[in-house]
Amino acid sequence: MAAADLGGRQATAAPASPYAIELKGISKAFGSVQANKDINIAIPRGTIHGIIGENGAGKSTLMSILYGFYRADSGQILVNGAPVTIPDSQSAIRAGIGMVFQHFKLVQNFTVLENVILGAEDGPMLNASLAKARKILGDLSREYELDVDPDALIEDLSVGHQQRVEILKALYRQAEILILDEPTGVLTPDEADHLFRILRGLRDQGKTIVLITHKLREIMETTDNVSVMRRGTMVATVKTAETSPESLAELMVGRKVLLEVVKNPAKAGGIALSVKDLAVKDEHGVMRLKGVSFDIRAGEILGIAGVAGNGQSELLEALGGIAAATGIVVLNGAELPLTGPRANGKARRDAGIAHVPEDRQSLGLIMDFAAWENVGFGYHDDPRYQKNAWLMDNDALRADTAAKMATYDVRPPIPTLAAKSFSGGNQQKIVVAREMDRNPDLLLIGQPTRGVDIGAIEFIHKQIIALRDAGKAVLLVSVELDEIMSLSDRVLVMFDGQIMGERLPAQTDERELGMMMAGMGAK
Amino acid sequence: MTKLPTWVDVGLVPLISLTLAALVSAGVLLAIGQSPMQALTVMVNGALGSSYAWGYTLYYATSFIFTGLAVTVAFHAGLFNIGGEGQAQLGGLGVALVCLALPWPHWTIALVAAMFGAALFGAAWAAIPAYLQAKRGSHIVITTIMFNYIAAALLIYLLVNVLRPDGQMDPASANFPAGAHVPQFQEIPILQGLFQRFGADGQPRLNAEGLPMYQQVPANVTFFIAIGACVLVWVMLWHTRLGYAIRAFGKSEKAAVYAGISPLRIIMIAMLISGALAGLMAINNVMGQSERLVQNSASGAGFIGIAVALMGRNHPLGIFLAAVLFGFLFQGGAALGLETDIPIELRTVVQGLVILFTGALDQMVRMLLGMFFAKKGAT
Repeated sequence: MAAADLGGRQATAAPASPYAIELKGISKAFGSVQANKDINIAIPRGTIHGIIGENGAGKSTLMSILYGFYRADSGQILVNGAPVTIPDSQSAIRAGIGMVFQHFKLVQNFTVLENVILGAEDGPMLNASLAKARKILGDLSREYELDVDPDALIEDLSVGHQQRVEILKALYRQAEILILDEPTGVLTPDEADHLFRILRGLRDQGKTIVLITHKLREIMETTDNVSVMRRGTMVATVKTAETSPESLAELMVGRKVLLEVVKNPAKAGGIALSVKDLAVKDEHGVMRLKGVSFDIRAGEILGIAGVAGNGQSELLEALGGIAAATGIVVLNGAELPLTGPRANGKARRDAGIAHVPEDRQSLGLIMDFAAWENVGFGYHDDPRYQKNAWLMDNDALRADTAAKMATYDVRPPIPTLAAKSFSGGNQQKIVVAREMDRNPDLLLIGQPTRGVDIGAIEFIHKQIIALRDAGKAVLLVSVELDEIMSLSDRVLVMFDGQIMGERLPAQTDERELGMMMAGMGAK
Repeated sequence: MTKLPTWVDVGLVPLISLTLAALVSAGVLLAIGQSPMQALTVMVNGALGSSYAWGYTLYYATSFIFTGLAVTVAFHAGLFNIGGEGQAQLGGLGVALVCLALPWPHWTIALVAAMFGAALFGAAWAAIPAYLQAKRGSHIVITTIMFNYIAAALLIYLLVNVLRPDGQMDPASANFPAGAHVPQFQEIPILQGLFQRFGADGQPRLNAEGLPMYQQVPANVTFFIAIGACVLVWVMLWHTRLGYAIRAFGKSEKAAVYAGISPLRIIMIAMLISGALAGLMAINNVMGQSERLVQNSASGAGFIGIAVALMGRNHPLGIFLAAVLFGFLFQGGAALGLETDIPIELRTVVQGLVILFTGALDQMVRMLLGMFFAKKGAT
């Protein structure tokens, strides 16, 4: 129904306005929180327009209004100069707006073709639609270098290809305006470059692209114009060519931010952690970690680069005592049990390992617990938090939480507030405060700044380096190559549960690491 | 959703839910041609109107406190213990074995020993489903329900074939020795006065020996033990390492493993405590009231415990209040059956409505209030 006129590529009517999208005075509140406040923005047709802002700045809310998930409390949306109302996503598609979500919405056991026509079939019988879609897809693929086999099953495709299927879905529905929400979070650098080539191709054909990201580098390389959001308001819209990453960061945060990590050369000591042939099987019996070996010295940050899902999580879980493993792990001369009742998170903490997990919301914090309860999480046996043999000293824990909140700049500094009420960055600061304040011999830290605001990133990076400079060993896992390159003293690249090689940050570049992350160029 | 002020959340919401349940109950009464006002009067008089009435109300409430606490402890560990009924029956077996074992010299000693027996048997009955859940992943809802049936069958077998004295017709144990009699409210000196019986002339009625006569009620010292249990459960859940670990595990098993909390240990301990609490209910009904073990001794209190925990928001104070409310419904409903033409089954209908509105539909009330308070906040 929605695509009844899908005969050929529809010629767009002569545009009445040079702008593909104009938002005028858009406001949206959730309860007492003003997510969007009087947003005005005009996006010229045939440009790539970046929207950046910290978490909670209101980017996602704004895009959700544009795609019909939320309705604005007030304000006006104009598409090609004509006012429209977008009560649901069907209306957004009819208005020519397509959206590529951060988490793909594809049916894994359908083919590319079936996914593309899903919801846009012409009638009850599929054959005619499939034949037509096959032809259109062929044209689109050639035109925009999308390069996707229409008969491949989604589950067999790489993440980058799956994303292209999402783009194809939008184009098949004749989207003239394409919104991409954090599109590179799951991509290797190579795949990201390919994506940006596709986006530029689309722009050159007259499409309008809206790119939501928190990565300043992508904004600088790809966009024509960029709008910066801060606390629900649109603080600036500038031509990308006329701005710099530093000034954009300052606009986002509202103060000067140090983007470069400043650190002294490492003064590495003796071997703190020695890992030999560490292997982990998941619950289905699949080897996720296939025998990795490495050492970390005291006073050193070892970075693990890799695309998410290549064994890094299992490495952290095995070392953190969450997953059972085989192999030999020696911390400061003492071998750690890897299976059995002594292989648990508490035993590892007692041994001097602190663990900031990759997924703070499902592992590192109990979201319904208050901040003070979370500060005791994993350390609730600590004698400092006990009144006597029977009772916990909740007051002491609350006082300690207040002190940690002050030191680690957690906002708002209210120990009794539930963890879920804090922003992502402040949640992470609670976890970091809890784990780092123990002065561990070894810090395991996964995705330290995922979903964390720029201001907090700077702070967390400083803390990691301070721990290193205090002579502690740090194992850093991150999918952000920038972060790995700037923090690590040495870098290991993981692919498919194995270590592809070791590099020194000064003697490599993102291209080489990217190749290794994709499983190529191993030595 | 808008966060409601605390007083609305814990005070107004249950109150509105109860009012709605009462209104619908009134509708049911009107539909069967009865007067809701008369029903309410009879219920209030029958459950609260005299020391005799609330002696029964508190007796029922005592049982519901134990089974409600049992559900709550398991619930905080993320486990839904439906097996309170069976655990309470096994607790009754423990009480009976202890009470019949010795000619107890004093009730206090007997009570302590019987509490131990009740808790041990209730905990043991919960331990098997707990182990199956922890080790084999057998869902505890299914296994505890099945264990209720096994408990009922086991008790019938034991009462008919083992515990029944020779020559007795009904499937029940022998009467407990006099030394195992725990004081009921009318036998407790400081409460005694409330239960004194008066003749039509306003003078105290005296028995043959010239001593004052007292109203017999089933409420007994177990009521105070139940209050103590509320306090202990509260301290355990919110002020001990164990309670912290139980609550953390109940919120997120994955995160608990990260923190080094052993799922096996928490599932076992939480269910043992839960089963012990359910078992302790037998002190009230088996030792305190019937003074022998009869068939189906828990008489549904194990299931009402689920509703009590739900309505009490899994907090010991809430459970105490909800248990008293359900005691009121139980006793008031019985009065309805005795004194009016309204069938006693209506008590089940009212209970069902209370559970429906306070448990299942309280989100509805919450949502409507949320909209109201959101508007109020905006202006």
